Amino acid sequence: MFTPVPNPTTSPVAAKFGQQDLIRRSASSITPPAKRQTEVAKLIDVSKCIGCKACQVACLEWNNLTEEVGVNVGVYDNPHDLTANTWTLMRYTEYENAESGNLEWLIRKDGCMHCEDPGCLKACPAPGAIVQYSNGIVDFDHDKCIGCGYCIKGCPFNIPRISQVDQKAYKCSLCSDRIAVGQGPACQKACPTQAIVFGTKDEMKQWADHRIKDLKSRGFKNAGLYDPPGVGGTHVMYVLQHVDKPQIYAGLPNNPSISPLVEVWKGVTKYVGLAAIGAFAAFGFLHHALAGANRVTEEDEENAERLTEGRR
Amino acid sequence: MSKSEVDAGDSVHPGKPVIVDRYTLPARINHWITAISLVLLALSGLALFTPALYFLTGLFGGGQLTRIIHPWIGVVLFVSFLGLFFRFFRLNLWEKTDSVWMSRLRDVLAGDENKLPEVGKYNAGQKMVFWSMSLFILVLITSGVVIWDQYFGNYFTIEQKRIAVLIHSATAIVAICVWIVHVYAAIWVRGTIGAMTRGKVTGGWAWRHHRRWLKELVTGKN
Repeated sequence: MFTPVPNPTTSPVAAKFGQQDLIRRSASSITPPAKRQTEVAKLIDVSKCIGCKACQVACLEWNNLTEEVGVNVGVYDNPHDLTANTWTLMRYTEYENAESGNLEWLIRKDGCMHCEDPGCLKACPAPGAIVQYSNGIVDFDHDKCIGCGYCIKGCPFNIPRISQVDQKAYKCSLCSDRIAVGQGPACQKACPTQAIVFGTKDEMKQWADHRIKDLKSRGFKNAGLYDPPGVGGTHVMYVLQHVDKPQIYAGLPNNPSISPLVEVWKGVTKYVGLAAIGAFAAFGFLHHALAGANRVTEEDEENAERLTEGRR
Repeated sequence: MSKSEVDAGDSVHPGKPVIVDRYTLPARINHWITAISLVLLALSGLALFTPALYFLTGLFGGGQLTRIIHPWIGVVLFVSFLGLFFRFFRLNLWEKTDSVWMSRLRDVLAGDENKLPEVGKYNAGQKMVFWSMSLFILVLITSGVVIWDQYFGNYFTIEQKRIAVLIHSATAIVAICVWIVHVYAAIWVRGTIGAMTRGKVTGGWAWRHHRRWLKELVTGKN
């Protein structure tokens, strides 16, 4: 058993990280702190998940969210997708393993992956609406969010959702408020099987190794850790029975990275675009300085007068 | 030269100097609604395009309001430009002499208009502005709807929105460049702005820049 994060003291403690620990801030250039905090991570072991949805409930409870009563369409997924109120969602897949002949019930807890290279933050136009702390947590600041939905376009995992109530973007915060005072995330706290564990990223990788060994000994030869390098690694990782086929877990991307369209839009377009506008304006000034105004001459006026007189 | 170069409302008033009516009051109102919308769209759009210009959101009451108002101004611009399009498209149709005019851009920029073919109501540069803006505004409203999440968020996939937002911003940049050309030309060619403010130009202006148009107005035939 993984030693769980102990219950914290009930007396007030100072937050362990804050604005001084930002390594990225949307639409702003900041000087990152000289020393990075130890990176944290949440490890979700899909093979241990029993699909009880305690994590979903704990998330709603801690974050004071209420989901609308939905409609049953004959699947366990409830609600049917992530929403502005559902920051984490159990996604159920029935997978027929052709090799073993077994039916496997794959239950993946979907939510923000807290990428090391966050696409949402890259796409965000509002200064400070999305921040990344040096411990790896990517958080939304709703006071600064303008509701443009660019984060949705930036995200390689299809995670942020815009609220239809206040038109702002919402996603899992990794319970940054709990972690700041030494607690684990609410979902981890509620998980009855330790399918969700929380600690430093190194600890989580070690624990994942232990779990992967166990799975391999049980015949899951492709068991492995999902910590995709395309986004610089993530601070929410999965232990998967079939890490070679992440897409069977309700469409977990195979090799996620920020879309090249977003990179071009937020990169070269911005610089070339502003340079082009500047060049056109500069050409105007230069041309006017060199060529002078194009003025109508006396002769032109006389020609026009002669022309109109000819008509009379 | 079979087509008439004259619009309804164009007329010549002999005198010293000669005065020529170029744009009717409705056309001018239509133009300025379009112009104001375009400037507001450029400012609010650039604010969301690059963090360096995010401060421009202050003009619209902050980031949220900028995000809310930008697409609505876009709708105003689209409808308003549609009006301009139908007013002006006939005399903006491309002619052979326009290609000659374009090929002698050096003379155009030097102001040697005597070396150029006589111009009707619009010269080739104005026609290029007209047609490129028509195209860009169509592209901008289409791609803009795709990324207008508040009302159309559910109708398009994320990948479609990524493509749309890239097209939208790149097209907007080019449109702003064309707008700079348009405004600069109006300033450089003195006597032009009066055409869109009071609706009138002098005979000399028309003789110098749009001689074919003036001649047809005077003689009543082309």
